[in-house]
Amino acid sequence: MTPAVVPRTDWIPPALLLAIALGGLALIGNPSTWVTLSVAGLAMGLLIFIMSSGLTLVFGLMDVMNFAHGLFIAVGAYVAASVMKFLSASVDSESFLVNLGALAPAMLAAAAVAGLLGLFFERVIIRPVYGQHLKQILITTGGMIVAEQLIHVLWGPDLLPLPRPATLRGSFLIGDMAIEKFRLVAVVLGLAIFAAMLLLLNRTKIGLLIRAGVENKEMVEAMGYRVRRLFVAVFVAGSALAGLGGALWGMYQESVTVAIGANMMVLIFIVIIIGGLGSVGGCFVGALLVGLVANYVGYLSPKIALGSNILLMVIVLLWRPQGLYPMNKQ
Amino acid sequence: MISKFLSGDGPRSRILAGMLAAIFVALALAPFLFPGTRPLDVAARICVFVLLVASYDLLLGYTGIVSFAHTMFFGIGGYGVAIALSKLDVGWSAIALGAAAAVAVSLVLSFLIGLFSLRVKAIFFAMITLAVASFFAILASQLSDITGGEDGITFKVPELLRSRNAAYYMVFGMALALFLALLRAVNSPFGRVLLAIRENDFRAEALGYRTVIYRTLANCLAAVVATLAGALYALWLRYTGPNTTLDFGIMIDILLMVVIGGMGTMYGAVIGATIFVIAQNYLQDAMKAFSEAMKGVPLLPDLFHPDRWLLWLGVLFVLSVYYFPHGIVGQLRARSKR
Amino acid sequence: MVPRGELTMLLGRNGAGKTTALRTIIALWRASAGSIRFESNDIASWQTPTIADLGIAYVPESMGIFAGLTVRENLMLAARRGPPDEARLDWIFRFFPPMKKFWHLPAGLLSGGQKQMLSISRAIVEPRKLVLIDEPTKGLAPAIINNLIEALGELKKTDTTILMVEQNFHAARSLGDSVAVMDAGRIVHSGRMADLAADDALQNRLLGLSLEAHQ
Repeated sequence: MTPAVVPRTDWIPPALLLAIALGGLALIGNPSTWVTLSVAGLAMGLLIFIMSSGLTLVFGLMDVMNFAHGLFIAVGAYVAASVMKFLSASVDSESFLVNLGALAPAMLAAAAVAGLLGLFFERVIIRPVYGQHLKQILITTGGMIVAEQLIHVLWGPDLLPLPRPATLRGSFLIGDMAIEKFRLVAVVLGLAIFAAMLLLLNRTKIGLLIRAGVENKEMVEAMGYRVRRLFVAVFVAGSALAGLGGALWGMYQESVTVAIGANMMVLIFIVIIIGGLGSVGGCFVGALLVGLVANYVGYLSPKIALGSNILLMVIVLLWRPQGLYPMNKQ
Repeated sequence: MISKFLSGDGPRSRILAGMLAAIFVALALAPFLFPGTRPLDVAARICVFVLLVASYDLLLGYTGIVSFAHTMFFGIGGYGVAIALSKLDVGWSAIALGAAAAVAVSLVLSFLIGLFSLRVKAIFFAMITLAVASFFAILASQLSDITGGEDGITFKVPELLRSRNAAYYMVFGMALALFLALLRAVNSPFGRVLLAIRENDFRAEALGYRTVIYRTLANCLAAVVATLAGALYALWLRYTGPNTTLDFGIMIDILLMVVIGGMGTMYGAVIGATIFVIAQNYLQDAMKAFSEAMKGVPLLPDLFHPDRWLLWLGVLFVLSVYYFPHGIVGQLRARSKR
Repeated sequence: MVPRGELTMLLGRNGAGKTTALRTIIALWRASAGSIRFESNDIASWQTPTIADLGIAYVPESMGIFAGLTVRENLMLAARRGPPDEARLDWIFRFFPPMKKFWHLPAGLLSGGQKQMLSISRAIVEPRKLVLIDEPTKGLAPAIINNLIEALGELKKTDTTILMVEQNFHAARSLGDSVAVMDAGRIVHSGRMADLAADDALQNRLLGLSLEAHQ
């Protein structure tokens, strides 16, 4: 969340977010529908944020774009599905605590497996092609193809169900507003993770190193820090987050297919481009923008809903070609 | 004499020359060597994809640009012809009109994309082309009045093309002509400048070559050929739809073919496309047999399940990028140098 | 040969390879031949962070400050062995008052001269064995240059070896103990600064113009 060389934090993008939210209210009219859609939009946006924040940091830090990132999302979703299936008794219980006994392991397992896969990926697939952008794009795309097929081998080609825990199904009814319980949980979790990331980046030495490294990794090395190791750590963390996001997204959709990762990739690219490659704050605002726009437009004009995010990206790029919070690289 | 025909860019390897000759003969005489609808269909697909992949090689292998929007141009060609033939009277003028319109659209789009490509880094560019292609696919499936939506458009073709053999020779002839044209282009001064830009664009610019212009031209040429390939494909299938042209899987297939065959060689497209299309159609049977034989062994039957053929090609692809950047053609040529 | 505990000036025409030399020492660029010895280690094949760990600090021409981080954070990062020593900080504040003023503000707000102060402060926030400085006075106002010279003069009193590339004659003459002159990537002269400063003819031959004209 490093602002460019401007004295104050740039508040225009968050203001834009607010404007869109209010614009949505104006266009939709009905406040309770608006609330439902906004919660859905925020939930979706925050889940996308969880899935994409790692990718943008990795790019900012090491100039590496992992086109196979969707893989970690898919693996997370599949692992969660398997765990939840194994603990299905706990999943269906009416007690929240028992549910948690299934939800927590599923999320942890998803993050852990995805993180481990990330470690393997960085060492075997990406490390040999540091700095060679062409090969990177090709190799990571190829890695994704192979991995997708392996998922087929391990889990079969069919759609897997990923049920939400029993206490999180259905909606809260407030007046005539229906707010899905799971979406609310997603929002809370997403905000918590964002807060944790901000804390890490701004209050810890590692965060300091990451912020400095994104700006000028050469200088950080010249100061005696091993940026390579930092990069591996960030890569693994990003993959784990993607896995967690995938698990949650799978629950949001209530099913998992191999394409879950690939389908997200276009959206994730749009989000990190809008946000500015390398900026976590930009990724956050971008993700929320995409989430809200997708839901509002999906309601107002379903036909253009799918393409609306790409149009959003084009508009943002016309305004700020480097994204909302451009990185000032040395 | 043959050398002149091939614009001086010969195979440079006996084995490769042999393979190319064999493929050429097989394709030229396909209706007679392999009677039956399926083999002829395979042959026609090979012709189309050789052309499509060769045009992509121009972008990736010679200019060093990774674009994920190539299937978009392929689709534009297909849809151009399909829309023309379904809305207008079936005839050669409709085909010409459709193809011309498609080429025009492709030129404009590729021109814009080309202008954009110099201002941004390769990775950013690749991501944007992904978004653009995806947008186009969405458009195609949403504007169903014009494009037939998810179902695509089936249409009739003129008298002459109703005969399978005649249609095949049209596809074969056009593909051959356009391929040779591409070969000519990459061996011309233009092609050499492209190679120079790929190696070190900074130096090329310093030498006085406006890299923007060359990259844009390469982009446009590749797009136009892809469009024409799309038109040919549509005429062969008598159908165009999102899944035959715009599917991201096809983009992946192109990548596989160009890398495994050999980037920056043109002939790599021939080898890669041939291997791929044949594998797509016949390898699965072999794998099925193997998989059944392996029943009972853990994991192996699944790894060799016929649907998993893409897994093995993917592995081959990854290995090629690391160890054999010039693919099969490169390996064969290196071998014959010894 | 860079004598220990002294300030060696690295002089030469533009393009002579002075910056290259500094960057190669700290392994940001690789030497294609030869060896680099520091204290008894041959560090030519070492990685940058390991070399920095030996107690070598680098102040690049571009200053390399982290614009998005505060002044405080920049210094915290540079102080590898723990929070900076109070005495050192006082020292830094005394010579570079803006550091105190901008302590909690992003370093990107600093002016050119102030950024240079920060860059040097980072290099000296802890005791170092060797400090590599690349053209610190470039583009700075004369008053600030004097400030810098004073600070570096103080630094010399500690047992720190300094290797400095400088075009400004005044700074070079007042700070340099020994001098090495480069041309086309090779050292063509080395010796005492005082001797070179006194010999106009030699200056002319080595640098094309006398050092005076480099102002």
